[in-house]
Amino acid sequence: MEKTWNNKAWFMVLPVLVLVAFSAVIPLMTVVNYSVQDTFGNNEFFWAGTDWFVETLESDRFWDALIRNLIFSAIILTIQIPLGIVIALNMPKKGIGVPICLVLMALPLLIPWNVVGTIWQVFGRVDIGLLGRTLASLGINYNYVQNPLDAWITLIVMDVWHWTSLVVLLCYAGLVSIPDAYYQAAKIDGASRWSVFRYIQLPKMKRVLLIAFLLRFMDSFMIYTEPFVVTGGGPGNSTTFLSIDLVKMAIGQFDLGPAAALSIIYFLIILLLSWIFYTVMTTSDAQG
Amino acid sequence: MARINLEHIRHAYGAKPKSEADYALREVHHEWNDGGAYALLGPSGCGKTTLLNIISGLINPSEGRILFDGHDVTQLSTQERNIAQVFQFPVIYDTMTVYDNLAFPLRNRHVPEAEVDRRVSEIIEMIGLGGRAKKTARGLTADQKQKISLGRGLVRSDVSAILFDEPLTVIDPEMKWVLRSQIKRLHKQFGFTMVYVTHDQTEALTFADKVVVMYDGQIVQIGTPAELFERPRHTFVGYFIGSPGMNVLPAQIAGNTAAIGSESIALNFLPKIKSGAKTELGIRPEFVSLGREGMPVAITKVEDIGRHKIVRARFADLPISIIVDEDGEIPAEPRVTFDPKAINIYADSWRVGEEA
Repeated sequence: MEKTWNNKAWFMVLPVLVLVAFSAVIPLMTVVNYSVQDTFGNNEFFWAGTDWFVETLESDRFWDALIRNLIFSAIILTIQIPLGIVIALNMPKKGIGVPICLVLMALPLLIPWNVVGTIWQVFGRVDIGLLGRTLASLGINYNYVQNPLDAWITLIVMDVWHWTSLVVLLCYAGLVSIPDAYYQAAKIDGASRWSVFRYIQLPKMKRVLLIAFLLRFMDSFMIYTEPFVVTGGGPGNSTTFLSIDLVKMAIGQFDLGPAAALSIIYFLIILLLSWIFYTVMTTSDAQG
Repeated sequence: MARINLEHIRHAYGAKPKSEADYALREVHHEWNDGGAYALLGPSGCGKTTLLNIISGLINPSEGRILFDGHDVTQLSTQERNIAQVFQFPVIYDTMTVYDNLAFPLRNRHVPEAEVDRRVSEIIEMIGLGGRAKKTARGLTADQKQKISLGRGLVRSDVSAILFDEPLTVIDPEMKWVLRSQIKRLHKQFGFTMVYVTHDQTEALTFADKVVVMYDGQIVQIGTPAELFERPRHTFVGYFIGSPGMNVLPAQIAGNTAAIGSESIALNFLPKIKSGAKTELGIRPEFVSLGREGMPVAITKVEDIGRHKIVRARFADLPISIIVDEDGEIPAEPRVTFDPKAINIYADSWRVGEEA
């Protein structure tokens, strides 16, 4: 069939382009603008070239925060993905249990980030929090305000509580799409529980797991609100992730140039890592 | 290989069946001979698949017992019953190679690897996928996938029975013949007990020694293809088998004459009929002859299907089908006669025998 060329078709994408320009491209370009210039207010700008980028990449502050981010995301993924799979496998497939489980699972996802942060901030407090008081009365020395390890544990448990549901729901969607005949055939073939998981359920969940993995990686790597509410980046700098550092830099210290440079680096890291994960996972999918 | 006895099997999918209508299987009591090739034939939703799944143990029947060679296996799992089953739609493990797919049921049972290789190589040749043995099963066409499913059913040599649940639905017509004859050959070679579910009468009649016809949750007739054709026990079998199906005409039976409208037909036997039963006369289109003698009919349509013609007509104002030879003539004032040997009489849909 002849392909028809009609340049007027471009007008069809114009509304979206305008929208995206205002919501993404223009703000992003503003950030680029700040990142290569120095300003002292009054709308006076001086060309700074790559200075801010060099400064950012040479600072320990950046690398420490980046490593914290990577460790946090790694822990989150190692806990949430397997846990999500296990919960999804054990959810009921039919009956009244299905809507009940789905609603229970969806609840944490419906709570705004800062509310989740506040809930855990109060929950973990040693003086009035249920968790903090309970642990203290059991003789466990837990204090997320003073102890970095406790702060990390609190943030991780909170994130698991908040976001594992997403993995569960995605996996569950993958699981219920498997026709009964597969399970019946597996029974006939004498497959063990593990084989059923390994050769039927896991391959069928692969696509949704890829999405779950990417979403959880990106979200956990960009985490801001919850640690901001719970720990404020402390104790010390122990929970200062890139995003928190960025806000400190831009709004606290008003270092717009370095903050803009950091933003762009941060953005590129997420883009690059997501692209690597996606490529690796889809290639292995194609090779099977 | 085993003889399979189904003893008063009933099954309802709901928890507490109240009436007969709640039962997907109303009552099945039947023995499947060791090494027999059976076809389970019936329309969609008549309980064929339910019955098959009860034999294989995927479903536990609500009532009744299943015996393999005289041993009660009702409570045993599918695996303990050692049954192979092929499903309607292809089930493949798509991360495995074709070879591993076929080896899977054997390896799960810890068959020695040398034996696995021997069996798998044999089956892979049979289904014609030898060239793809080391490739993953993903990306095969639907009929290649179904051949793998079929192969997994056939690969074990020690099974009690092999059950097929409409296995050739997704396969090309040409390939259907090839695969069906291969299954048949395997049956002759190894003597597996085979049960083959289908709603395609040609498939059933060519595959099986004995055809089991199911209708509305019960077995209505078990017989050889010839018996089903000549002496359908139930009007449903008459309709369902044959193309077109049997003519079933409401008739008044008095002694050994049947009256249809104003026509009366002499029977060569004295049917045994309870009073008050709804009586019908059944005759296959093949045994109705069209000519210048007999009872008058009005022809409505002639369908020429190549090897013969199907004449649709009205007889005593009831629709009737007649099969006429390809070169048979259709007279201007057509009349019909019924072959007396081919007439069956039905009371309340069930065939009646001769008065003793």
